[in-house]
Amino acid sequence: MDPARKARLDGDFSELYRAHLRDVYSYAYYRIGNHHDAEDLTEQTFLQAYRHFERAQAESDGRPLRPWLIRIAHNLAANLYRDRSRRPQTPIEDTTALKTQHTTEDLVEGRDELARILAGIKELPDERREALIMRFSLGMDNREIARAMGKSDGATKVLLHRAIKQLEGIVTAP
Amino acid sequence: MLRMALAPVEPPAGLRTRVETTLQELTDLAVDELETWELSSMRDPRNWARPVLATAVGATAGTALVVLRVRQQHRRRQAAARNPLDLAQRTLRAASAEARRLVRR
Repeated sequence: MDPARKARLDGDFSELYRAHLRDVYSYAYYRIGNHHDAEDLTEQTFLQAYRHFERAQAESDGRPLRPWLIRIAHNLAANLYRDRSRRPQTPIEDTTALKTQHTTEDLVEGRDELARILAGIKELPDERREALIMRFSLGMDNREIARAMGKSDGATKVLLHRAIKQLEGIVTAP
Repeated sequence: MLRMALAPVEPPAGLRTRVETTLQELTDLAVDELETWELSSMRDPRNWARPVLATAVGATAGTALVVLRVRQQHRRRQAAARNPLDLAQRTLRAASAEARRLVRR
């Protein structure tokens, strides 16, 4: 490859990396449930992305590459589970600080509810959990989620709807 | 509430350094490898031997195949030949026909 083209590719990849490191890490963290594995998964995702970046860029036709990155993370996470044949072993650590300050009572109540939601998310089937992570942690729209999960827009919409319904059922169950 | 529960998580500072270092190493390795390959393929005569050897092996194998096929048909030609000179001419013609057939393939 000619050096100028290589330099341009590397520059584009650095930009992608800087723009989406947090997305990939957040996805990995909520998908796996602990910081240690999330770090490994994030690193592996970017290494794999680097290897296939040129082709992905050529095939993207100008579309954003975030769904492609998340898809890599998704596949690696699936492999990790297959290899270890396990569900997340460590509970999701409490990373969520309430942004708005209320009375102590509100705060405790809010934390309890967040903890219930997080526990509920863990009970969801993998696909529904992933769709929720992509939507609410990464802020991806239906089309991006569909591309990342290899589904149609319609199927993704239904998936998200069912995931939220199921989560509501879990959280409000006595 | 879902948005709050799934708030984005900042990657640890160490991870940023770790990934960037690995990527940098990979890039350097790729550049070194490419340079080494280019130099060796253009300047190292040992790399020229490989295509020459491949051609020689191909030619030898072709010759062996022609000889084998011509030998297989020797008895038939012997029976058909009127005298030793005729047999020699028939053998030459058969060898040349086999070689042409091999080249056409």
